[in-house]
Amino acid sequence: MAKPKTPLLDELEKGPWPSFVKDIKQAAEKKPMARDLLGQLELSYQEKIGHWKHGGIVGVKGYGGGVIGRYSDRPDLFPGVEHFHTMRVNHPTGWFYTTEALRKVCDIWDKHGSGLTNMHGSTGDIILLGTKTENLQPCFDDLSEAGFDLGGSGSALRTPSACVGPGRCEWACIDSLDICYNLTMEFQDQVHRPMFPYKFKIKVSGCANDCVAAIARADFSIIGTWRGKIQIDQKEIQAYAASGLDIREEITGLCPTKCMSWDEKGKTLSIEDADCTRCMHCINQMPKALRQGKEKGASILVGGKAPILQGAQLSSLIIPFIKLESPYKELKELVLKIQDWWDENGKSRERLGELINRLGMRTFLKAVGLKPAPQMVKTPRANPYVFFWPEEIKKEGR
Amino acid sequence: MAKTDIGPPNYRNFMPPVMQKNYGQWKYHEILQPGLLRHVAESGDELYTVRAGSGRLLSTDHLREICEIADKYCGGYLRFTSRHNVEFLLTDRGKVDSLLAELKSKGYPVGGTGHSITSIVHTQGWVHCHTPATDASGPVKAVMDELYEYFVTMKLPSQLRIALACCLNMCGAVHCSDIAILGIHRTVPKPDHSRVPNVCEIPTTVAACPTGAIRPDPKAKSVVINEEKCMYCGNCYTVCPALPLADAENDGISIWVGGKVSNARTAPMFSKLVIPYLPNNPPRWPETVAAVKNIVEVYARNGRKHERMGEWINRVGWERFFQLTRLEFTDKHIDDFTLAPDTYRTTTQFKWG
Repeated sequence: MAKPKTPLLDELEKGPWPSFVKDIKQAAEKKPMARDLLGQLELSYQEKIGHWKHGGIVGVKGYGGGVIGRYSDRPDLFPGVEHFHTMRVNHPTGWFYTTEALRKVCDIWDKHGSGLTNMHGSTGDIILLGTKTENLQPCFDDLSEAGFDLGGSGSALRTPSACVGPGRCEWACIDSLDICYNLTMEFQDQVHRPMFPYKFKIKVSGCANDCVAAIARADFSIIGTWRGKIQIDQKEIQAYAASGLDIREEITGLCPTKCMSWDEKGKTLSIEDADCTRCMHCINQMPKALRQGKEKGASILVGGKAPILQGAQLSSLIIPFIKLESPYKELKELVLKIQDWWDENGKSRERLGELINRLGMRTFLKAVGLKPAPQMVKTPRANPYVFFWPEEIKKEGR
Repeated sequence: MAKTDIGPPNYRNFMPPVMQKNYGQWKYHEILQPGLLRHVAESGDELYTVRAGSGRLLSTDHLREICEIADKYCGGYLRFTSRHNVEFLLTDRGKVDSLLAELKSKGYPVGGTGHSITSIVHTQGWVHCHTPATDASGPVKAVMDELYEYFVTMKLPSQLRIALACCLNMCGAVHCSDIAILGIHRTVPKPDHSRVPNVCEIPTTVAACPTGAIRPDPKAKSVVINEEKCMYCGNCYTVCPALPLADAENDGISIWVGGKVSNARTAPMFSKLVIPYLPNNPPRWPETVAAVKNIVEVYARNGRKHERMGEWINRVGWERFFQLTRLEFTDKHIDDFTLAPDTYRTTTQFKWG
């Protein structure tokens, strides 16, 4: 079969950044599917339009998700991509691999699919990009044999993800990797069999830097934090100052709560810890000199999402501080309680954050048994439309 | 029959021994040069991380090449970051330079640490999506070619995170990025009345619309779309392939800036609209590339050290941002969705520009 002519895509082989076109061409050397992908993509570049149809229901035995059906709308021109379904494979937490395991995935995908991947998809899964319907089950069987499993899709728990955490980072206040892995294993049924009003995402970040964007992207966001005093090594602070870091300008001057001061003469940093909101700025700049407080745990926030449907939302704080230790019983109970309430009350395609908006945070807190706290809001209510629970109102004749 | 519900492999078995040994016992780290991190554990053990950029769409042969490099320098261990970078993990400082040299010779950009631009998080676009308003990999490649120097250096005021989503469903969740490149449709789906009765289930199609813009047309056994209500999300096309949404002449790209995820200094922020529409101009999207580059350069000149894009804009004001970037301010920039009044200026305090 002749190589498709791709004058437009060839332009994207130029330049210093790694070229995806080179990767598709590399796969096209071996795979007719990749060759037709290249041809169809060139057509899209000519016509400025996509050429994929959404699939019907395709999948593997026993699962309701993990495969995204995709069909070409020009199978006449590109028969190799007539079906081109994606398999989402649950990544190893923290995206760690041995070359042995990664090669196994490559071999399986060369055998059953297009030889093209995304490392990784937006939610974190390994994306195996494009195969035929009849290859799905054999591919899954081989993946399972190699120790891999599918991730979530549709109205399911999507593959949870976590930052590198205690694997490498001194700022991990919680074992983000273990929490993520443990929840993933616990909730396998929720991942593989869509049963919710819409998608549900869990992301775990070890500190407020939030390297997995839990606050922006997860319905249930677990973000590490601490209580107590930031540990200061004055000698190391002095070393940073001596090496050219302007402590006043770059550290105390940028502290959002102005809870710290720098004594230029005595070369000492002092922190009013009660005023600190643990934003991480000073610690980020001076990791050798400043360490988080010793009592570590997490803040829990809920309801984050991208715009569809009612607009984007950030997650909102519902638990200021919780200690998280394996097997995370309290955490799992909370997740289930929240999902139950959402499942019971949510409309089709209504994310948790939107449901909380519709029914009110007070209703949510009551349903999941959390006590209101000033930490949960930026300001109290400014309008007079206050609702009281029936039991709070005196009834006549009682 | 294959085993189901086995979950992912246990990450612990995929960690290099130095990480297993010092798990949770890391003391501090430093950035030795762009793309090279040194982590030191309480035990005194050291870990060197070399971070290389990636196009995200990787062939299995490309992955095997990455594996060969990891075998040669890292004892067969590697990881990826949440932003598609690949990280080579070493304990032997002596091997770092030869690894860097090999990556350079093979065309892997090394960088993406500290005050740099790191790999662009993005979606599928024309490679694999059914509702894209633009391609994803193409614009990303074109933008990163132009901004390459900011990946391999750390000369920006702060980190700069760029993300691209090829339609407003935002699989890429670009809504909290320093710069977001977002594909937009601008015209309603066009029902193919000859095909709707055969390939679509009418009630499902009607129910698929988040804004209630679709109603049945029993006479034609098809549907009618209310142009006023439609927000071009493509959900109906997902369930009814006879409702094509794509419009080659009107689809395009919008640019949003000033979002952040991290809680450092300031709270996380959403990205805000600064360019409502740029045409799709494959293969290299020159208008989009120029627009992003302009914003990056204005920020690089004006932002103070450690100031993220949104923090800089909040300090100087949006009126100053539009003046400095010479971007036109239009009625599209003024919100008219649910929380719009929160964005109107309700004070006499403003700058002239």
